[in-house]
Amino acid sequence: MNRAPFFLLYLNVLVVATCGLVYELLAGTLASYVLGDSVTQFSLIIGVYLSALGVGAWLSRFIDESLARSFIEVELGVALVGGASAPLLFLSFAHLSWFRLALFGIVLLIGTLVGLELPLLMRILKDHLDFRDLVSRVLAFDYLGALVASLFFPIFFVPRLGLVRTSLVFGILNAAIGLWGTYLLRPLLPKRGLVALRARACLVVGLLAIALFKADALTMLAEENTLPHPIVYAKSSPYQRIVITKGQGGFQLYLNGNLQFNSTDEYRYHEALVHPALSAAKSLRRVLVLGGGDGLAVREILKHSTVDSVTLVDLDPEMTSLPERFAPLAKLNGNSLADPRVHVINQDAFLWVQEPGTTFDAAIVDFPDPGTFSIGKLYTTRFFRLLKSRISPRGAVAVQCTSPLVAPQAYWCIIRTLEAAGFSVHPYHVAVPAFGIWGFALATPQPSSVPSDIPADVAPQLRFLDRTALAALFQLPIDLHRVETEVNRLDNQALVRYYDAEWRKWD
Amino acid sequence: MPRLSRRELLAGAIGTSAGLLAGCEGRVRTLPPSGEILAPNHSIGHRIRDGFRPGPASDRWQETDVVVIGGGISGLAAAWRLRREGLERFVVLELESVAGGTSRSGKSPLTAYPWGAHYVPVPMPENRSLIAILREMGVIERLSPDGAPVVAEQHLCRDPGERVFIDGTWHEGLYPSAGARPHDLDELRQFRAEIARWVKWRDAKGRRAFAIPVSTSSNEPEVTSLDSISISEWIRRQGWSSPRLLWLIDYSCRDDYGATSAQTSAWAGLFYFASRVRAADGESQSLITWPEGNGRLVQHFSDRVRPQLRCGLAVVDVALKKVRDAQTIEITAVDVQTGEAVGFRARRAVFAAPQFLAPHLIRELPKDRQGYAREFEYSPWLVANLHLRERPRERGFPLSWDNVLYDSRSLGYVTATHQTGIDYGPTVLTWYSALCDDGSGDRDRQASIARQRLFDMTWPEAAEIVLSDLERAHPEIRTLVERLDVMKWGHAMVRPRTGFVWSQARRTAAAAFGPIHFAGTDLSGVALCEEAVYHGVRAAEEALAGLGRSINSLM
Repeated sequence: MNRAPFFLLYLNVLVVATCGLVYELLAGTLASYVLGDSVTQFSLIIGVYLSALGVGAWLSRFIDESLARSFIEVELGVALVGGASAPLLFLSFAHLSWFRLALFGIVLLIGTLVGLELPLLMRILKDHLDFRDLVSRVLAFDYLGALVASLFFPIFFVPRLGLVRTSLVFGILNAAIGLWGTYLLRPLLPKRGLVALRARACLVVGLLAIALFKADALTMLAEENTLPHPIVYAKSSPYQRIVITKGQGGFQLYLNGNLQFNSTDEYRYHEALVHPALSAAKSLRRVLVLGGGDGLAVREILKHSTVDSVTLVDLDPEMTSLPERFAPLAKLNGNSLADPRVHVINQDAFLWVQEPGTTFDAAIVDFPDPGTFSIGKLYTTRFFRLLKSRISPRGAVAVQCTSPLVAPQAYWCIIRTLEAAGFSVHPYHVAVPAFGIWGFALATPQPSSVPSDIPADVAPQLRFLDRTALAALFQLPIDLHRVETEVNRLDNQALVRYYDAEWRKWD
Repeated sequence: MPRLSRRELLAGAIGTSAGLLAGCEGRVRTLPPSGEILAPNHSIGHRIRDGFRPGPASDRWQETDVVVIGGGISGLAAAWRLRREGLERFVVLELESVAGGTSRSGKSPLTAYPWGAHYVPVPMPENRSLIAILREMGVIERLSPDGAPVVAEQHLCRDPGERVFIDGTWHEGLYPSAGARPHDLDELRQFRAEIARWVKWRDAKGRRAFAIPVSTSSNEPEVTSLDSISISEWIRRQGWSSPRLLWLIDYSCRDDYGATSAQTSAWAGLFYFASRVRAADGESQSLITWPEGNGRLVQHFSDRVRPQLRCGLAVVDVALKKVRDAQTIEITAVDVQTGEAVGFRARRAVFAAPQFLAPHLIRELPKDRQGYAREFEYSPWLVANLHLRERPRERGFPLSWDNVLYDSRSLGYVTATHQTGIDYGPTVLTWYSALCDDGSGDRDRQASIARQRLFDMTWPEAAEIVLSDLERAHPEIRTLVERLDVMKWGHAMVRPRTGFVWSQARRTAAAAFGPIHFAGTDLSGVALCEEAVYHGVRAAEEALAGLGRSINSLM
């Protein structure tokens, strides 16, 4: 072997080291995204990874023959497992309850394989180099690789490619190095099986490349392109696709691609949604929440000390159990859905409201925007009439009503429909940075005035609403003034058509 | 958490349905795991045709005021009318084990579903009897100042009502406007203008050209002459050739009459489009529907006449007798289960069974009326209810109440859960097809050939017909069906074939024969729920008058 291949083998070391660290960083990032508590996650991942390196190094002693060949096999193994690690981990988080087992299993496997690499390479090179030279160069390139990875990972790869693509790109790089190795180490490789080895290397490159280029077929990657931040959780329930992304100091929940909240500013939305109605309701004890499976509205409701029962009706068990599986959400909603006063019912609110039952002193209606006919039915005169029959005469209802700025016809159609159902309605709005100008309705079975203050025990717990801010909610600027619309009925679904046309124009 | 199969995991990963993957394993033509054939009892009918006339034992006779023969919508409406007048001494005799005729329905733990008729257009103010029924049911809440009924929202067909599958995707509405050329749209406009002209049209007596009930339509030759040509001939004479327009009209005839546009009279074809529009510039009347279709009406009527309703009794003989100078009708019926004959002596009868049975059941029916009855022709229908464990993936406009396939001879399907608001997960689809395409040969044989084919059909054959039809729009349908039940309707609908609606036969058939009054939707020549109710109520009022009761008519 002449000197050129040696230099190339050091480059090989650099790439291998970079890839190894990237997989470790990917696992750490992903774990802290989906499980929260990044200190713990990174600490555990680094610990497991480093010890796995040791396991690999130790295991290397058992490899006696065809070192070069084993080195390439190991490299292909790292490429496959590491390259597929991010997509696999996302999938396992969405589908498996033993996510941590999968997480640490994959980290352990990658670490062990990477741990095998350097000892094998050093043993390959030891016959051709002075030991002092060997150790200094190999380790120097190894640590340099770590620097390359740790610099480019947060600056370039995560923001530009996202976790899944980064993982696949490094897998391909890793496998390509393995393939290249079959040429570099040609003199050291047995002739028998060389073609098969190259074919396997090509297969790994091919598989990962298909995964990368067919990425749009993978729904997760498709979403990653449309959403501004990396996806940390994705799950399709029978009712909707639930996606959580993480970025800019907070996380965001999307249902069917529509933003539901951003953890950094949702307090504005939820305080505005909940407290006007709860302040308007007389003798507040029993509260109904329709939709709102994220538990954030319930968090606000539980700030009212007179409330002794909250009934939450949300279609999707995947949504109401999300805080159990996505710790940052449980933290954000104060574990509200686990509160003993809260009773969760997983049923379509349209069906639930038709069943006989008790009345409530207040209701918070927080459905997704009326973008489909099956959600549109939850904004009809029929639905609101049934809801009204479940509200005590001096109670109050708040309804989220999409943006009155983007979709004025949709907004005022909901207001008009509430009026047609016999409610007395006060339209109001709030600015939420993640959403823009957002609209609500305060609806009461009997004519009522706008609430003038927040209960004294609640006010100190709020970040946004006070007496002044409360009054300002109900002051609509002239660009939000009423427009004439039809009433939304089951048999015309006028609202869905307004909503669709107006948001399409806006987008 | 349930364990995912490898296929499901893979399917989830590539964002497709497991069904599509199943398709890759080779096209296995699988049939649903369960299902059965239901069919009206025709064996007793064939025995009567062949002269089966048992006599009741002398202690098996019962005196009553009125016997209603047939418990379909028309017979039930007659019974409802009698009961509303306070009459209790009457019976309704129904051959099947349940009442309702082609408005029957089924029920699963998830939802009720129709076995036939599945909607009623909001009646016009003139249709007092139907309005009275729907008010009693709470479906009509009140009348607006102009007399138009106001229907409770939940009973009106929920939007979206209709969609059509064409060129690989679903589109809103029935007329396939996606991909229509200017020529198509131009002819559609002309057709609509022609319909609007007929909606506005009034004769010298102020009657509409096409009104419900049919008996209130104008009998001016300008209108009735339309009955002498087929609707396809009428279209040809208008100079229209748009395939989409031709399809729309043909589909409508098959849907409402079980006959092709070549088999349907132009009068009936125009009636379909013009009779349910109030004003020339107006929309068609909204539709009232329920998950179980018109089974809701059956339920309401049955609740009202529960003590009088006798199911599983096949009428085999209706004879006129003079007893102590009083005209009496002796009606013999056979218990379908036990074979035992029972007799009823009544002062009046309402014959609410299909006309084609009249010559077989009514002794001494005059020869000319026997001939007239044979002029009535009926379409055989195949109806299937598919219980799906999951909804099919959609391409284009979402699942609607009525879902129509452009490139199919079936009529598509209605979604039973649509009206309930159950929008996710399992559902029941009711698929319909009128067997009207065995076109050549003489008309006497067309329907009977199709009917024979229907009777001979086995469950696997029927299921295959249904599934291969739905597969056009829902390739994975076979993997979703848990149960597929089939109903064979031999005589589902009277056919308004060319020349029939304004024929002597049709117009004479509704006239009473002595104390026997006639009901049934076929007396109108068109199988509409409104016509069935109209004739039932009319016949009941005739019978009440015959009993000497002075009544406040609903007609």
